Amino acid sequence: MPLEFERPLIELEEKIRALEATAREQNLDLSEEIGLLKAKLERLEREIFEGLTPWQRVQLARAPGRPTTLDVAERLFEEYSELRGDRAFADDPAIVGGLARLAGRRVVFVGHQKGRNTKENIARNFGMPHPEGYRKAMRLMDLADREGLPFLAFIDTPGAYPGISAEERGQAWVIARSIQRMSRLKVPAVAVILGEGGSGGALAIGVGNRVLIMENAWYSVISPESCAAILWRDAKEAERAAAALKLTARDLLELGVVDRIVPEPGGGAHRNPEGAIRALKEALVEVLGELEDLDAEALWWDRYRKFRALGAFAET
Amino acid sequence: MAIERLFRRRRTRGEGREVPELWIRCERCGVQLYKKDLEQNLGVCPHCGHHHRIPVEDWVKILADEGSFEATTGKIRPVDPLGFVDTEPYPERLARYQQKTGRPDAIYGGRAKIGGVPSVLLVMDYAFAGGSMGSVVGEEIARGAELAAEEERALVIVTASGGARMQEGALSLMQMAKTTMALEFVFQKRLPYVSVLTDPTTGGVTASFATLADVIFAEPGALIGFAGPRVIKQTIRQDLPEGFQRSEFLLKHGMLDAVVDRRQLKPELVRVLRLLYPGEVDAA
Repeated sequence: MPLEFERPLIELEEKIRALEATAREQNLDLSEEIGLLKAKLERLEREIFEGLTPWQRVQLARAPGRPTTLDVAERLFEEYSELRGDRAFADDPAIVGGLARLAGRRVVFVGHQKGRNTKENIARNFGMPHPEGYRKAMRLMDLADREGLPFLAFIDTPGAYPGISAEERGQAWVIARSIQRMSRLKVPAVAVILGEGGSGGALAIGVGNRVLIMENAWYSVISPESCAAILWRDAKEAERAAAALKLTARDLLELGVVDRIVPEPGGGAHRNPEGAIRALKEALVEVLGELEDLDAEALWWDRYRKFRALGAFAET
Repeated sequence: MAIERLFRRRRTRGEGREVPELWIRCERCGVQLYKKDLEQNLGVCPHCGHHHRIPVEDWVKILADEGSFEATTGKIRPVDPLGFVDTEPYPERLARYQQKTGRPDAIYGGRAKIGGVPSVLLVMDYAFAGGSMGSVVGEEIARGAELAAEEERALVIVTASGGARMQEGALSLMQMAKTTMALEFVFQKRLPYVSVLTDPTTGGVTASFATLADVIFAEPGALIGFAGPRVIKQTIRQDLPEGFQRSEFLLKHGMLDAVVDRRQLKPELVRVLRLLYPGEVDAA
């Protein structure tokens, strides 16, 4: 189902398709009309997407059809092999990962995995990991270190799962460990916020030397709905919370939380996943190139300096 | 109700001036306690053992050797990086808490000796915005860890926090990474890091520096976890089991080293610090 603010675009697209069909069927030359409509579509798309509110971007970040980690893996890598299990308790389908080849270079990757439909989403717990998911991520960090392969993390979660099973197995403990483990990587680490960057469950695999964000993704300390429920005692105030939290790519670049925005094609990544992944590939290859000459110690200091500097306060 | 109100009014009128409240009701068992007795018992109810929250200065008194404490926090104050307004603007909220606690943010601490072990002792203040971690709390913890490493001190952190502070958005989230990475200097020098989790310790604090300690102590009955019980209840739409996310539950699940009564905490803490601390320690 299209998002509310996308409706005019979709209607216009339908009109263009109808005209094209008529031209074909009746052998008419409607190229002028079609050309005008296409120009109008482009203009409208630009207008709508330039003026997106933070809440609309949150909706885009969650839009069905937006590339998930495995969609990205399919198109970004020349080949990849998914590895499963935390070697302790279970395989968490909300986090995936494995070995891959990116532009000829071997890498290890992990990422939150949402479902592409309701059935899959239930199986993947809507991309909300349990502790075993983070243990799988840490196991893959160990592998990256041992093999000396760059580590890529794709972030797309509303948050770590807040349920009894997760708490019993030490959700907080394992997130802390994962942050620590990632900060200790001896290899270049790059994190990409693909869609939703919900709180500690996102940061657990977000301690990169570089942190990239897709143009319409969000990243914050809490989801707009939960923030609204706490501060306004009403989840329906999510739109206000989304604006207050400064969670869009541009805000985060200004705050220094992310290093680079990966542009999405007009209409957003969910309407053109190939285009979005092409832009992501370009950015990742460039960023990995920047990091490739740094040794383990230099990489640690690079990460430390980056995160140590984050925060805003005044000396008295 | 009405009678109670009448009594209260009469008493103040009769004495004609403000009198300090001498009695206090235990939060759990409801028994009337003489306030001085409760204070002398370190905030622990003598009847039911409930651990009441105590002021941060009291924590320093309980844990630091007499005359050894020297505050290092308080030199930085919070700002409003997002221009955050919810039901009230963030700067006004901050001003209110600053006035209430007399401190710039939700943390207090400094150099101390604990059982003779040179230490950095940091205490989170639940009375200030629910002990939430924004840029200042994160920075003070990072500085505390760096100070401990630089001066070869143990690091002891007493936590009490609802988690990361919403009003500073992603910058609060980043404090989890910052504090975690600053601990590295303490670990590299083989200096001990002990955390004491008090009621409540949840969210971004539990999911970063608090649970990365060499030794984790918790107070009896403290609520400790990642998500708060309200959020979990909303997610699963069921009531939570008795004792869920309490210290005793977590001890059973292997998440803590010990649940320690506040009145026994100092000797327990001193024992592990002395066993872990690599340098010379004065005789106890």
